[in-house]
Amino acid sequence: MINLVHVSKRPEPTKIQVVLWYIVAILCAVFISGLLIFVLKQNPIEYFKVVIMGSFKSHLSFKAFVRIFVPLLIASLGVSVAFKMKFWNIGAEGQFIMGAVFACWVGLKFGETWNHWVLMAVMLVAGAIGGGLLGIIPAFLKCKFGTNETLLTLMLNYIALYLVLYLSDGPWRDPELKGFSNIKQLPKAARVDNIAGIDVSWILALILVVVLFVYFRYSKQGYEISVVGDSQNTARYSGMNVNKVVMRTMFISSAICGIGGMLKMAGEGSSYTLGVGIAGGVGFTAIIVAWLAKLSPVGITIVTFLFAVLEKGCGTAETKFNLSASVADIVQGLILFIILGFEFFIRYKITFNKPVLLNKSSEGDAKEEKE
Amino acid sequence: MNTIIKFLFAAIKAGVPFLYGTTGEIITQKSGSLNLGVEGMMYMGAFVGFYAGFKTNNIFLALICAFFTGAVAAFVFAFLTVTLQANQNVTGLALTIFGGGFSTFFGEMMIKFTPNGLPKLSEEFIKGLSEFKIPFLSDIPYIGKLLFSHNILVYLSIIVALLCWVYLRFTKYGLHTRSVGENPAAADASGLNVTLIKYLNIMLGGGICGLGGAYVSLVNGGGVWNNGCVNGQGWISVALVIFASWSPAKAIFGSLVFGMFTELQIRANDFAHEFPFLGFLGHIPTAFYKMLPFAITALVLVVTSISQKREGNQPAACGINYYREER
Amino acid sequence: MSMTSTAIELKGIRKVFGNVVANDQVDLSVRKGEILALLGENGSGKTTLMNMLSGIYQPDGGTIKVNGKVVHISSPEDSKKFGIGMIHQHFKLVELFSGIDNVLLGSSKQEFFLRKKRINTVNQAVKDFGLSVDLSKKVYDMSVSEKQSVEIIKVLFNGAKILILDEPTAVLTPQETQVLFDILRKMRDNGCAIVIITHKLNEVLEISDRVTILRKGKSIATVTTSETTAEELTELMVGHAVKLEIERPEVEVEDSPLFSVHHLVVENEDKINIIDDISFDLRRGEILGVAGVAGSGQKELCESIAGLQKVKRGAILYEKENIVDKKPMDIIKLGISMSFIPEDRLGMGLSASMGIRDNMLLKNYRKSKGLFVDRKKATETANEIVNKYDISAPDIVTPVSRLSGGNVQKVLLGREIEAKPNVIITAYPVRGLDINSSYVVYNALNASKKMGAGVLFIGEDLDVMLELCDRIMVLCHGKITGVVDAKTTTKEKLGLLMTGVKEVANSDD
Repeated sequence: MINLVHVSKRPEPTKIQVVLWYIVAILCAVFISGLLIFVLKQNPIEYFKVVIMGSFKSHLSFKAFVRIFVPLLIASLGVSVAFKMKFWNIGAEGQFIMGAVFACWVGLKFGETWNHWVLMAVMLVAGAIGGGLLGIIPAFLKCKFGTNETLLTLMLNYIALYLVLYLSDGPWRDPELKGFSNIKQLPKAARVDNIAGIDVSWILALILVVVLFVYFRYSKQGYEISVVGDSQNTARYSGMNVNKVVMRTMFISSAICGIGGMLKMAGEGSSYTLGVGIAGGVGFTAIIVAWLAKLSPVGITIVTFLFAVLEKGCGTAETKFNLSASVADIVQGLILFIILGFEFFIRYKITFNKPVLLNKSSEGDAKEEKE
Repeated sequence: MNTIIKFLFAAIKAGVPFLYGTTGEIITQKSGSLNLGVEGMMYMGAFVGFYAGFKTNNIFLALICAFFTGAVAAFVFAFLTVTLQANQNVTGLALTIFGGGFSTFFGEMMIKFTPNGLPKLSEEFIKGLSEFKIPFLSDIPYIGKLLFSHNILVYLSIIVALLCWVYLRFTKYGLHTRSVGENPAAADASGLNVTLIKYLNIMLGGGICGLGGAYVSLVNGGGVWNNGCVNGQGWISVALVIFASWSPAKAIFGSLVFGMFTELQIRANDFAHEFPFLGFLGHIPTAFYKMLPFAITALVLVVTSISQKREGNQPAACGINYYREER
Repeated sequence: MSMTSTAIELKGIRKVFGNVVANDQVDLSVRKGEILALLGENGSGKTTLMNMLSGIYQPDGGTIKVNGKVVHISSPEDSKKFGIGMIHQHFKLVELFSGIDNVLLGSSKQEFFLRKKRINTVNQAVKDFGLSVDLSKKVYDMSVSEKQSVEIIKVLFNGAKILILDEPTAVLTPQETQVLFDILRKMRDNGCAIVIITHKLNEVLEISDRVTILRKGKSIATVTTSETTAEELTELMVGHAVKLEIERPEVEVEDSPLFSVHHLVVENEDKINIIDDISFDLRRGEILGVAGVAGSGQKELCESIAGLQKVKRGAILYEKENIVDKKPMDIIKLGISMSFIPEDRLGMGLSASMGIRDNMLLKNYRKSKGLFVDRKKATETANEIVNKYDISAPDIVTPVSRLSGGNVQKVLLGREIEAKPNVIITAYPVRGLDINSSYVVYNALNASKKMGAGVLFIGEDLDVMLELCDRIMVLCHGKITGVVDAKTTTKEKLGLLMTGVKEVANSDD
């Protein structure tokens, strides 16, 4: 069947084209899920109205929205750093968790004695180190032995997850909670502050967006990441130490995820404690967000915003329409499928085969005889 | 002795979903595609299989539907990655998220539309999937109980794995599949239809994952629907692919090992009671048993990459899309 | 020769990649029972042409006839159906499989089950063709010539009547080449039509019945081998000397070399000496041309000088400092300003997703102080080279992957030349450029030369090299077959040196 059509590359699209395609894709995904809702005898327009308003109708609902938004944003920013280098870090989930674990240890150990601000700073660093260490292992093994990073980071996710289970079942279990295996709540000093009832992690997240924007665009390291991502040969040719760049970048990528874990763990949303559900799949969704946003920090912020509104809104609509909140997952999946599908038509050109083809060109992909 | 037999018997059962998922993923990866959507395909198979069983009371039909659903989900993956050249990691993850959402969404609907809010398979159906003693063989002491008195889906999983092993290793079409996974350009130059081979294997693999989902919802749930039934077993299956070094035959053994880890989570204390010298088992935290499949797999992955062995590795072209005119 | 029927006939074949015309108006025919040599320089379009027969590419114009019928070959599958078998220069084998599995891959003779005895059926055929290779071995354990045998067995076993071999002798020893030629002759006598792509003249004369010559993507002529000579073929291949009027400024050349290579040996992955004990000097203020057919070791020579290639033996001295085994960074740190313009531009010299501006920074982004990249200077440089080299690009931030091949090349060249280095190493700098742009490049190289730089110019167009270079060094199979004065030598002599016909060339002296 492939022989009927012929596929050739076309030049890369402009930014405006991409944005237009995205809007069409999102509308398509919403339309398809709207059909689904319609079939289930509900009014799709009403439904999506409730979904959109779900995050903004009250202080409480906005708070709930922020709790979804911030961890997803930070994790997506984290994976985007590694992805820029074409390093397949599927381990954001685990790095997120490890960040929370390290920070929790600091919080429990020194929470009663240290000053709040010192504690916050140390926990933030601990979270970064926790995530970073989990990320640098696969980077090192990849550089040294060529170990497959996709599969290894995937495995490390679960190792981190069950480490939390172990901690909450055993050494860190709160003895006062009889019958329950939970880790003790962080002392007051180790909790992230609230401003107007919403914890300040969103400020940090937005600062991170700006920092990464600058890092990618203006820093030497960001420059190196782009070159290594484009071609390791070019990087070597220009005198870069590719292994060093790979390990450093992977450390930064996973450290950011770790910071995300720390902020979530020490926030009100997770009752100031570490539990097995701390990441809850955010590391996987982050990969999709980062990819959809083409790894741009601003794009990631927008996509995360949409995803968080969707997720929060579907939760709100659940009670109102008696429809499962998992519509959010379905719509997210659909958006991605449709955009991935559309991307093909942006990148490639299809021609139908006839015995003789004339005037077929594939610009920007000039290939020369290589003998 | 009885404890051991009971334990192994349960371990075999616990390993079955992994075996389906792994066999399906091995077929997929052998044809050069890394589909991280196993969890999602299992979820979709789980729901559709259950729903078909719930509505039709026909085990065979339930299995067919589960297989078909997995294959359709895999078709989406194949269409996006093979024809549309989309990134495999991202597509697979999207499939996992989508599949989970799909199953939960319709699962909830089913619960809502069931009068007592408890969708349950009929007694007759459950009986059809209960343990089945193979005449004579099941009378052999110990072994009979251990190996020859399982439900039919257990036997089916082993048959499927063996068939896939034979298919990949000893048949012409398996050779074609492996060549596409190792070097699609070579397969293409040999006149094989790389696209077709990829589609067929991805869909076959997805179908088998769908069966794994059906096992989870039809057997493990005791006949009652549970929204979170797959609960990470798809990811364990992905790990098992590496542990089994991409061989369905080794996956049979591997699924038993991973099944044992799963069962130890519950039964470690029984062992400690029965056999004082195994007392330490009771002191090992549950989390450790849960972690083991992934930790061992990570270790296997690292060790094989250090040893630089040619065989027993991920197919060389796995995860990379093939575009003929790329040089 | 008696009239035999035609196996393949190509008429007016055209193939375009982007804006590079790889083939244009190519006519070619092969009869049953003959060996046709397809001769041409690097970049003349031989492989592209044959890939249209093997189904990898599809022509943009023209007709293909197989056994007298017009056909459309849209995939390797089709190609196989028409009885065409191609042995690619880079073998298309599954390394992890045994030889037998590779032979039977895609064969209709493979039964449903892979039985042990399947090797016997093929072994018989192997013997019939006079080949010897243990097909039960895994391909990754095989030597290059064994791998080639597997490819040949595979094609023959599939019953191909039309066989295409892309530079089959490039990887073989002389003895192995003779064995291959015996097999090809046997096949010809059995009625096969054979096309062999090569640029070794002695082999063309030895094995072929007729020769079709391609030059710059066009078919120039077809001659009968028994009626031609090495000189005539060379002339057809390289064309008559054309006056290009490229400037060659006279620069006072210092006696001491700026840069010298001593007994350099480089191995490729197959443990073959791709550069085999070569020594030469490069002086200040000269352009030293390197001529040679593709794959004679040019790429490896460039990369070992740039510190990107592992060197087996020998030394590369730059102002008395041995730079072998130094990393590119260390070479830069030594204060050696060297510019290497690699052949694989987007894969090695430039970063594809970046614009012209950011690509200007590639080698000097470290120089600015602090954490950030200084783009002010880069913007200036970028605008400068856009003007100077007449680069057509929407702006200086559009990814260079979106520019046409010629413009990409000018970006790279501009950056390297404008960095005012002492040594410039450039491989095929004008490939794909139009005439005007080419002159811009020549002038820029001459300007560097006048400023005292030494230029190593790896070229393919002999006309250009004769007028631009001061001296020309000829490489053949990793060895230097001659270093000649560009002002006094002739194109024919270069051609003969390139194809390794040393005696003929030397008799000229």
